[in-house]
Amino acid sequence: MSTLKLFNETLKVVNVGSPSFKKDYETQQLDYVHLEWRPPANGDLKLLSLLNKIRPKMELIEKANEEVVSKIKAAEAKLVAVKKAVDVIPQMTKHTILHSGPPIAFDKMAGPMQGAIIGALMYEGLAKDQDEAIKLAKSGKITFDSAHHHQAVGPMAGIISASMPVHVLYNETHKNYSYCTINEGLGKVLRYGANSKEVLDRLKFMEETVMPVLNEAVELADGIDIKAIITQALHMGDECHNRNKASSALFLREVAGYIVSTSFSDEMKSGTLNFIKNNEHYFLNLSMPYCKLALDSARNTKHSTVVVAMSRNGVDFGIQLAHSDKWFTAPANYVKGLMFPGFTEDDAAPDIGDSAITETCGIGGFAMGGAPAIVQFVGGVVKQAYDYSKEMHEITSGKHQVFTLPPLDFMPTALGIDILKVVETNILPIINTGMAHKEAGVGQVGAGLVNPPMACFEKALEDYAKGV
Amino acid sequence: MKAYEVIKNSYYDSVTLMSTTVSIKKDLNLKDLVMFMGTDMNKEMIQSVGLYDQKFDDATPNDLLLGVEMDQEVDQWVDQVLSKLNNQNKTQDESETVYKTIAQAKKAKDSNIAIISVPGIYAANEAYKALENNMHVMLFSDNVSVEDEIGLKDLAIKKDLLMMGPDCGTAIINGKGLCFANQVSKGEIGLVAASGTGLQEVTVIIDRFGGGISQAIGVGGRDLSEAVGGRMMLKGMDALDEDEQTKVIVLISKPPHQTVLDKILKKIKTMHKPVVVCLLDAKVDQTLKDTYFVSTLTEAAQKALELNHIKTPDLMEIDEETNALINYEIKQKQETQSKIKGLFCGGTLTAEALSVLRSKVDQITSNVAKKENEKMKNPLESKGHNLVDLGDDMFTQGKPHPMIEPMIRLDRILLEAKNPETSVILLDFELGLGSHEDPVGVTIETIDEAKKIAQKDNRSLTFVAYVCGTKQDHQGLEKAEAMLKEHGVIIANTNAHAALIASKIIGGR
Repeated sequence: MSTLKLFNETLKVVNVGSPSFKKDYETQQLDYVHLEWRPPANGDLKLLSLLNKIRPKMELIEKANEEVVSKIKAAEAKLVAVKKAVDVIPQMTKHTILHSGPPIAFDKMAGPMQGAIIGALMYEGLAKDQDEAIKLAKSGKITFDSAHHHQAVGPMAGIISASMPVHVLYNETHKNYSYCTINEGLGKVLRYGANSKEVLDRLKFMEETVMPVLNEAVELADGIDIKAIITQALHMGDECHNRNKASSALFLREVAGYIVSTSFSDEMKSGTLNFIKNNEHYFLNLSMPYCKLALDSARNTKHSTVVVAMSRNGVDFGIQLAHSDKWFTAPANYVKGLMFPGFTEDDAAPDIGDSAITETCGIGGFAMGGAPAIVQFVGGVVKQAYDYSKEMHEITSGKHQVFTLPPLDFMPTALGIDILKVVETNILPIINTGMAHKEAGVGQVGAGLVNPPMACFEKALEDYAKGV
Repeated sequence: MKAYEVIKNSYYDSVTLMSTTVSIKKDLNLKDLVMFMGTDMNKEMIQSVGLYDQKFDDATPNDLLLGVEMDQEVDQWVDQVLSKLNNQNKTQDESETVYKTIAQAKKAKDSNIAIISVPGIYAANEAYKALENNMHVMLFSDNVSVEDEIGLKDLAIKKDLLMMGPDCGTAIINGKGLCFANQVSKGEIGLVAASGTGLQEVTVIIDRFGGGISQAIGVGGRDLSEAVGGRMMLKGMDALDEDEQTKVIVLISKPPHQTVLDKILKKIKTMHKPVVVCLLDAKVDQTLKDTYFVSTLTEAAQKALELNHIKTPDLMEIDEETNALINYEIKQKQETQSKIKGLFCGGTLTAEALSVLRSKVDQITSNVAKKENEKMKNPLESKGHNLVDLGDDMFTQGKPHPMIEPMIRLDRILLEAKNPETSVILLDFELGLGSHEDPVGVTIETIDEAKKIAQKDNRSLTFVAYVCGTKQDHQGLEKAEAMLKEHGVIIANTNAHAALIASKIIGGR
């Protein structure tokens, strides 16, 4: 009997509330922990009553959430092709532009996203110059849609147009696909809204050189296991969102031999090899579609309160749950962290990009404990990185046993963000991310940490409770 | 002025450099500072900032580039920058682990009990979380709904956990006092109580006469209501009946609902240990084997000690010394002085005093009374024999409970002193964990002042006090009692004893 067990063991107290009892515990040499307690659900009684309303359904919900977590974990991911978006992405047309985050109209988009779209329209040859591109974008002739609706993701502005080459990932377990563009590197790049000639030339190079070479290399390799690279990279100081040094190198190691074996000219081969080599974020555009693939495989699970997408369009942050395709959005936060020289926080755009898909899948910020170098972005100590990774277990339904963190005794990363736990604990998912300049084309101005707005989770809870 | 330096073969991580640039710039009062490894991209960036020097041309990515702009020359700026940079690189203090949720603490520390004192509206939620994490709960908070109380207690019972409270102020588990509790010896007497000060009083008396406590389980003041149905009292009885260290069981509560009383009596019949039942005013006309019904806390403690084979003197006896004091006081009284004014910090102690005095004096009223004719019409007014529980909500709105802050009783003492009908002022003082550091000390001057007020009017005021505490309590029982005696206060053995002494002074039956 558990009560009798208590009578025969040492009392270990968790003090929730008044700190004045602390001295009494100390007087009695009583082992205790004092919680840094804050009212749950930000003290919002309406939300608390929603949580209470759901409580009787808990067993059903937990079962559904476990199912979601096990699906995500079971997902495999192979890079199987590198093809033009229009040839592989569902419902993609010459006049479709996919963007990061929840759906948004062109007029409402953030500067970097508009800049990237202008660049994409010029790149596609649909517009001669910026003015024409803007006119076209506003004309209604272009279909804008969230990349997420097409099993695709992209960092920052996340713009995908018809001719852009995309990584095609395939999940043998659940037979689904995901897509992501190729990372352009740092500096003036489309994903930060730059659309100068230099940017468009690089995109052309990627289309004409990198795509065919890489596609053939991947075919020769019979696909490249992306999940395996993530697993290794987490043991090498990457968290595969903001730090991709090891994973990019590992990917190059996997693919280099096959690139050399392709039928293309030496110039094209070395161009491709150097392109990958020179970009330490190359792998981000592979870790993201891996996450998308795994999370998509868990969609349409009834009753689940687990998040399968977290994404931002530079204006709003949106989340989706496993049980429905609805977006729950709220204005995106600003990233807090390290500003690059010459820039201030005023220069930064709000949080943007699909890359928070990594945190949704238990890596990125959730794996920070294995990537201690990351904490320097926030001027913190390494232990903070450990604490973040530990704390994320408070808001998830499960853990990813394949993704482990060596400094934390190979603790698995937290997986399956549960909105109920987020609302109740006030603990928000932690996201490692880059900061875009608010004006199109300037590029990255810093990096740091950001949280989704709590309102996304609150709205999702309200919606969920309606169905109970 | 600007200055430049290349430190050959000194690799620093770019993030380290960027993150420390700001603090070094500030510490050394530099107008601007760049610190980068000598990559081409970095060189370009430095050029754009305007701190580039030809020195940098040949630098490699393994060389550290330093560029600085100073308003006035900083001595050996390179050394200073480097020493700060290297300092930065050393291990920093570990930030202390912060726990935000019960689940987190449970995981890290394997805690087995949550003591919850957050505002009532949030309290049930935390208690659910604790129970869901297989932890026992002491819920100090009040203002928890009856529905939640029932839900929590049902969950606890299902999981074989203790759910003490809501509104549970006192418990002693494994010899450790929780919230408001006295330091008592370990022993063989186990308690289940729906009353905080009731539990304190019984455990204090047991300790004082050489007994000890195995466990003292609080259940919260509402547990024995019809709705809650004594869920935790019954659970606690089971637990103590099975607990090997417990030989005698004491149940304490204000009068329960009849349906609940029936359940308790039914449960008692199944128990294997002697049970002392103290339901204060409740009439129980039953005879059960090994079951002893008593009406005061003092009797409860005394009976429990007896059943635990510990001899005690008659605690309600008034010894010669006290008798002499009483007689002396009686002689000093004016004719007008006929009333007892009890000013209590402990709710159950008030109720116990009422049950003692009811038969001894006429027309006594109290704000804890349940009977219509005993209810105090206006607890703020001093009229007739009054027993006032100053821990009542009407006195504590926005203020700490008088056990924590006995100062709120002081004005009331003076008010009673000014009333010509006042003969005896009856006071309780609680020592122990949670209580005020020196409740007697903060009251003693007021006692003197009250006496002076009465004396000016040729009245002699008698103070009778009981200090609920043990020798081990950190406030010091002996010190407290000595101070009261020194100021002419009559000290009682127990709370019930104090009420009895008061009745003697006004010539009660």
